[in-house]
Amino acid sequence: MAMNYNAKDEVDGGPPCAPGGTAKTRRPDNTAFKQQRLPAWQPILTAGTVLPIFFIIGLIFIPIGIGIFVTSNNIREIEIDYTGTEPSSPCNKCLSPDVTPCICTINFTLEKSFEGNVFMYYGLSNFYQNHRRYVKSRDDSQLNGDSSALLNPSKECEPYRRNEDKPIAPCGAIANSMFNDTLELFLIGNDSYPVPITLKRKVLLGGQIKCEIQKSPGGDNLEERFKGTTKPVNWLNPVYVLDSDPDNNGFINEDFIVWMRTAALPTFRKLYRLIERKSDLHPTLPAGRYSLNITYNYPVHYFDGRKRMILSTISWMGGKNPFLGIAYIAVGSISFLLGVVLLVINHKYRNSSNTADITI
Amino acid sequence: MAEALQWARYHWRRLIGGATRDEDSRPYNYSSLLGCGRKSSQTPKLAGRHRIVVPYLQPFKDEYEKFSGAYVNNRIRTTKYTLLNFVPRNLFEQFHRAANLYFLFLVVLNWVPLVEAFQKEITMLPLVVVLTVIAIKDGLEDYRKYKIDKQINNLITKVYSRKEKKYIDRCWKDVTVGDFIRLSCNEVIPADMVLLFSTDPDGICHIETSGLDGESNLKQRQVVRGYAEQDSEVDPEKFSTRIECENPNNDLSRFRGFLEHSNKERVGLSKENLLLRGCTIRNTEAVVGIVVYAGHETKAMLNNSGPRYKRSKLERRANTDVLWCVMLLVIMCLTGSVGHGIWLSRYEKMHFFNNPEPDRRIISPLLAGFYMFWTMIILLQVLIPISLYVSIEIVKLGQIYFIQSDVDFYNEKTDSTVQCRALNIAEDLGQIQYLFSDKTGTLTENKMVFRRCSVAGFDYCHEENAKRLESYQEAVSEDEDFTDTLSGSLSNMAKPRAPSCRIVRNGLLGNKPSNRLAGSSFTLGSREGASEVPHSRQAAFSSPIETDVVPDTRLSDKFSQITPRLFMPLDETIQNPLLETLYIIDFFIALAICNTVVVSAPNQPRQKIRHPSLGGLPIKSLEEIKSLFQRLSVRRSSSPSLNSGKEPSSGVPNAFVSRLPLFSRMKPASPVEEEISQVCESPQCSSSSACCTETEKQHSDAGLLNGKAESLPGQPMACNLCYEAESPDEAALVYAARAYQCTLQSRTPEQVMVDFGALGPLTFQLLHILPFDSVRKRMSVVVRHPLSNQVVVYTKGADSVIMELLSVASPDGASPEKQQMIIREKTQKHLDDYAKQGLRTLCIAKKVMSDTEYAEWLRNHFLAETSIDNREELLLESAMRLENKLTLLGATGIEDRLQEGVPESIEALHKAGIKIWMLTGDKQETAVNIAYACKLLEPDDKLFILNTQSKDSGLRAGLIITGKTLEFALHESLQKQFLELTSWCQAVVCCRATPLQKSEVVKLVRSHLQVMTLAIGDGANDVSMIQVADIGIGVSGQEGMQAVMASDFAVSQFKHLSKLLLVHGHWCYTRLSNMILYFFYKNVAYVNLLFWYQFFCGFSGTSMTDYWVLIFFNLLFTSAPPVIYGVLEKDVSAETLMQLPELYKSGQKSEAYLPHTFWITLLDAFYQSLVCFFVPYFTYQGSDIDIFAFGNPLNTAALFIILLHLVIESKSLTWIHMLVITGSILSYFLFAIVFGAMCVTCNPPSNPYWIMQEHMLDPVFYLVCILTTCIALLPRFVYRVLQGSLFPSPILRAKHFDRLTPEERTEALKKWRGAGKMNQETSNYANQSADKSGRKPMPGPSAVFAMKSATSCAIEQGNLSLCETALDHGYSETQAFEMAGRCKD
Repeated sequence: MAMNYNAKDEVDGGPPCAPGGTAKTRRPDNTAFKQQRLPAWQPILTAGTVLPIFFIIGLIFIPIGIGIFVTSNNIREIEIDYTGTEPSSPCNKCLSPDVTPCICTINFTLEKSFEGNVFMYYGLSNFYQNHRRYVKSRDDSQLNGDSSALLNPSKECEPYRRNEDKPIAPCGAIANSMFNDTLELFLIGNDSYPVPITLKRKVLLGGQIKCEIQKSPGGDNLEERFKGTTKPVNWLNPVYVLDSDPDNNGFINEDFIVWMRTAALPTFRKLYRLIERKSDLHPTLPAGRYSLNITYNYPVHYFDGRKRMILSTISWMGGKNPFLGIAYIAVGSISFLLGVVLLVINHKYRNSSNTADITI
Repeated sequence: MAEALQWARYHWRRLIGGATRDEDSRPYNYSSLLGCGRKSSQTPKLAGRHRIVVPYLQPFKDEYEKFSGAYVNNRIRTTKYTLLNFVPRNLFEQFHRAANLYFLFLVVLNWVPLVEAFQKEITMLPLVVVLTVIAIKDGLEDYRKYKIDKQINNLITKVYSRKEKKYIDRCWKDVTVGDFIRLSCNEVIPADMVLLFSTDPDGICHIETSGLDGESNLKQRQVVRGYAEQDSEVDPEKFSTRIECENPNNDLSRFRGFLEHSNKERVGLSKENLLLRGCTIRNTEAVVGIVVYAGHETKAMLNNSGPRYKRSKLERRANTDVLWCVMLLVIMCLTGSVGHGIWLSRYEKMHFFNNPEPDRRIISPLLAGFYMFWTMIILLQVLIPISLYVSIEIVKLGQIYFIQSDVDFYNEKTDSTVQCRALNIAEDLGQIQYLFSDKTGTLTENKMVFRRCSVAGFDYCHEENAKRLESYQEAVSEDEDFTDTLSGSLSNMAKPRAPSCRIVRNGLLGNKPSNRLAGSSFTLGSREGASEVPHSRQAAFSSPIETDVVPDTRLSDKFSQITPRLFMPLDETIQNPLLETLYIIDFFIALAICNTVVVSAPNQPRQKIRHPSLGGLPIKSLEEIKSLFQRLSVRRSSSPSLNSGKEPSSGVPNAFVSRLPLFSRMKPASPVEEEISQVCESPQCSSSSACCTETEKQHSDAGLLNGKAESLPGQPMACNLCYEAESPDEAALVYAARAYQCTLQSRTPEQVMVDFGALGPLTFQLLHILPFDSVRKRMSVVVRHPLSNQVVVYTKGADSVIMELLSVASPDGASPEKQQMIIREKTQKHLDDYAKQGLRTLCIAKKVMSDTEYAEWLRNHFLAETSIDNREELLLESAMRLENKLTLLGATGIEDRLQEGVPESIEALHKAGIKIWMLTGDKQETAVNIAYACKLLEPDDKLFILNTQSKDSGLRAGLIITGKTLEFALHESLQKQFLELTSWCQAVVCCRATPLQKSEVVKLVRSHLQVMTLAIGDGANDVSMIQVADIGIGVSGQEGMQAVMASDFAVSQFKHLSKLLLVHGHWCYTRLSNMILYFFYKNVAYVNLLFWYQFFCGFSGTSMTDYWVLIFFNLLFTSAPPVIYGVLEKDVSAETLMQLPELYKSGQKSEAYLPHTFWITLLDAFYQSLVCFFVPYFTYQGSDIDIFAFGNPLNTAALFIILLHLVIESKSLTWIHMLVITGSILSYFLFAIVFGAMCVTCNPPSNPYWIMQEHMLDPVFYLVCILTTCIALLPRFVYRVLQGSLFPSPILRAKHFDRLTPEERTEALKKWRGAGKMNQETSNYANQSADKSGRKPMPGPSAVFAMKSATSCAIEQGNLSLCETALDHGYSETQAFEMAGRCKD
């Protein structure tokens, strides 16, 4: 209403009546974009048009589902619960904290032989490794070998940051609660005494990948490097004597790395060891009786947790999981069924959806 | 209230100003301070309501300081921000938005260590992005304003300087109150000032107010009384007068105050004395004024209220759903907190994974649950879509862009297209239920054409004129080609700021083929409207269709009886015919002078015509001119043959003839020699040249004498006088008078000069003008008649008003009185007749006053004029005293043609289910007929006037209500009944409605019926209505820019409304509502993934997604597709929407976004998030997957689900959609890969390292994503398919049309319509059989009578009950009587 409105208009583009300005009109460009006439794909979703989609989905999903299901079923897997809360369990004795070290043995039988590489997992249930404050309680720079962070861990690690005025290495709740049971597997053959089965490590961790994240501070003498730090409260040994193998100590200890990858769900398994396939002729684990020797250190019973040892072969799709296959088959079938329903609908209501008869 | 505020502000200013002044003066001027203490104790009281201005000059310095020191100077600043305060102020303003505050709250919350969910900095990111985007937008807008301000502030004007004793150049910003300013012609006025001097000897100054209100006609301003007589320029040094006026206000049409000379003599000031900032001086060499208001206190700036902010219905709806989202959020967070409490009570002692506080303390489950509530709010914050508001704004900008670039809204003639002034209510266009339209200028062209008149009871129907009007249209099209070349050369000559160059210069005329001249000059006028002038209104008053009037033969004959002798001492013998002739003379004089038309000559743009030689002695010059005429008429007799001889050679004879009205009239008569000679003997015949200026006359004179062929006698008809009228009606009347050789020659505040053919030039001494206003509905001039030397009042106004003011004649009175009675009855009949034809009627009346009566009135009037308080009332009273006991002279009928495309548009809007109300100030018959013409009412509509309980509601019905009745209807007690009634009617016509009533009607309907209203209008009288409605649309027509300025959208023609509503409104609404729903869906679906995860992490607030991905998911990966969807989605093509207006109804019923749609959308979102979470959950259950690796397939699947969901919902997908969707997916993967490779420890504790890379090598990842996406989308997809085949909505069915070939399409349309009509016809048939009587399209006179009786009844009853009068087609008198009798008590 006031003059600066007009002034604005003039600044904007000027009145079209500018002398000699015949070329300058306000006529908008007649382009397809500006007139909103861009060529467009205009899907009309009616039974007739989408029929093929349902059948195609059905036809693709059902075979995939069957494939996955078969694959999953071919995977051999055995779980041994050794929590020991049941009185009958050999590990029941280890529930009291007085017995240290407590070693218990559980025998089990493999009905079928395990072919190929067999993976040995330890599994925990009801263990909330994904608790927010738990997840946060670590110092990535420390783990990455940053020497300043080694001696001065991040605040996130509280209250497992310092112990008796010494920085904890590795600091934080995750490291502090590291799984520290030792599992050994023996094949009890027809002979009287059990044959130990070689449990390997390292190869499975994707080579160097994980090591890039978690590096031990450099130097040959690990103990020297970790000088001035102290071990996590719950640990038995400091981080530089986690394993007998000198290359598997410090922050690059495989068990430690595996543990530090916090599990997504409260029931999880973590890779413990690999039982390598020796030859094509013999199964890696032939059917028979085995015994599992556990050095029981890790208490889970007081939060109703369970501990398991899992032996599993692996396929292209990982471990045993029937869900995906079944889901694919189910969805495929439903889709097929819907296709049939729509076919009927299309047949019955064709006239109404036909363009020639669009009436109220 | 406002006054009190002003007062407080003034005091505050004084306080501040006073404090500083005190400190300055204390050391040496203490006593003087005490001295004025007494004075100042009384001035504030006075100054609190009034402002005192004294010159800003040396002698009055102290006084100036005292009064004007605190007034603001002329520097303006419309920017909101300065460089320094931009950041704080912008943030402050942004945080006024509740949504932004909410997010700020979240950010702050995240800084509380106990509840912290994310890293502190990360939560700020979305807020910062949103704030920055809006701040940049605001900043750019403000910068543009700043540049304009600077430009304006640095304009130069001439201000009197006391140092140099002359006017020096100074910037606008340095002008202060009390400055003397001297302006020359065409300069812009820098501040509001009182006019003290004008070079014009009459002391007037013309200003153009187009900068203020867009009206391009000139307005007169007058030098303050007492100064006008001074010959020399006012000397600022000697100016010792004090001005007292009201405090700054924004009323443009009011200025009250007085000027107090040093001798205490007071002179009243009115708006006539005020020059307003922003106007341009025209036609006046130089003026001097004293500034009274400057800068932001000027009326122009106070009127600048800035852009309006309206909230659309859709946004309000969305806001309530945002609140629902908040509810949902609270519920989810409560679940989380309770869950955490319970979980914690189970694991309280478990330090293993229940990480204790840093001080190794375990907080109690209750407290932890409380903390968790806030953590959850931070975690799930995305549920409240922060980006929704930003996206809505962007989408609206896009929609506006497309509306504005629609080529269908382009109007060639005015070179204008649709203007979207409000940026945020475009989607309301798709939901309009009630449309309120002005008639004049909106439905009609507002090009007034004189059609008929009735003088002294005789009707002159001007048939030739009607014929000419019909042939006009064709002629224009034929002429176009010819004038193209001509106008090219001419437009170059025309000055850019000379809109009135409608008539060709003389010199040029001479060089052109003579017989085309008149025609070409006319077409130039109309073409100029197209090419030269931005707004057609500037040229409109002079387009040939309006300026040309073919005189009625009968009336012309009567003119021949006019001789100057009539005014000689009365001759008793020829009394009777004489009376009629006198009536005719008076009638035309009234037409010519009873107005405020400004005369200007087009060849010298806006220079006033002066006639120094003719001014003084009319009688003498009469004789002179008479002799001149006689000479001319000799030549003239040969002209017809000359013309007809030339005719065949001319290219377009028809057009030519139609342009030369005089000839076309004479041509058929030419065989009858006698008649010609008779006509030509009368001076009137040749006086066609009389309307030319002196120079022109000389020119043509010379041409004739030299016998040059170029100067055709007909040429002078292209008269060089231009009339600038405030309303087109006035111009039409003046042009009509000119056609009868009663030409308005010049107008000054003192006198009006009329060249009356037979009587010669008459100079009327102008004693007074009572301007038109909408309350009185009339205007008057008081003049001294030069011939009779009497004081005569000529009044022109609406018939209803004038008729009441006529002198009451006793039936047994004298014969003139009797005659007057007869005239009155006859004229009333003619008026009804005119109105029935849809003409605008005006009555002309006069009154002769004695000098003593006049003096008496004048004395009272002066009192009224000089009073500051209650001035309006007093002036109104004063006018009432003058305008009474009038003598009716006659009436005029002016046609206002319908705009093209109006009936079609109204029909389409009707079909779209929009109820259309026409609110007009015109009288009922006119309104009803226009309503029929534009198909607002159908011929077989039942017409209800006033109120009725409709028995057969299935019928279409129209309601007509008049202004007076409307007053009752708007009364509180009857509002409900009135609305109930109108809800039965398809169309309502309110006639004789005042602007206030118009807005009240809109307000009533809007607030009581809870409907979406749209008001469209073009004039200042529609402004209030436009502002009240949900959407106001201004038509940039003839009546200035006020309506456009107040509107949300401005169109150039009414017909554009149909596309604006049916297509763009529909699109905008569906697009935006779908986008908003999609936004809710998107956020809920995504956030719920986090929520479900809480069940598996002890409700601890863990997120299984990296924070960056979480933030970017909304901000980047899924933000562009919905925006594109909101801008480009097209459910049905524009053609189909136009062809099937019924589709608009879906928007009216808000079908795209109903409350339950929101809940269904949320339900779907819940389902999808469940699927999206649990399919991966069951897949990875019990495996060794880590947190962020688990989140990755969730995110990826969610991305696909969300994007494909959009594809399912989209009705049309262009390459842009595809591009954006692919871009979103690619950017997601790219980000995940790059982030996974680069960011190892940058974002502890999450560790995205190599996760995506590993997953992309894992077939299970793909299988999971595909399965999840399929299961999640299946229900919606199936629903859409079933909807498409089993129960398609009209829109879905209409969509099929777009796929058809044109032939099939017309076929299908026919079928669609056929089905619709079937129902209608059956009901119609039933109705017809019930009522077989002949249907008249219009209510007969009896109907009018019934209406009147009913109205009067309603008034008489006094208890405001509505009366019931059904004007059915089978209507009869008895029925009417019955109905009228059934007035409720």
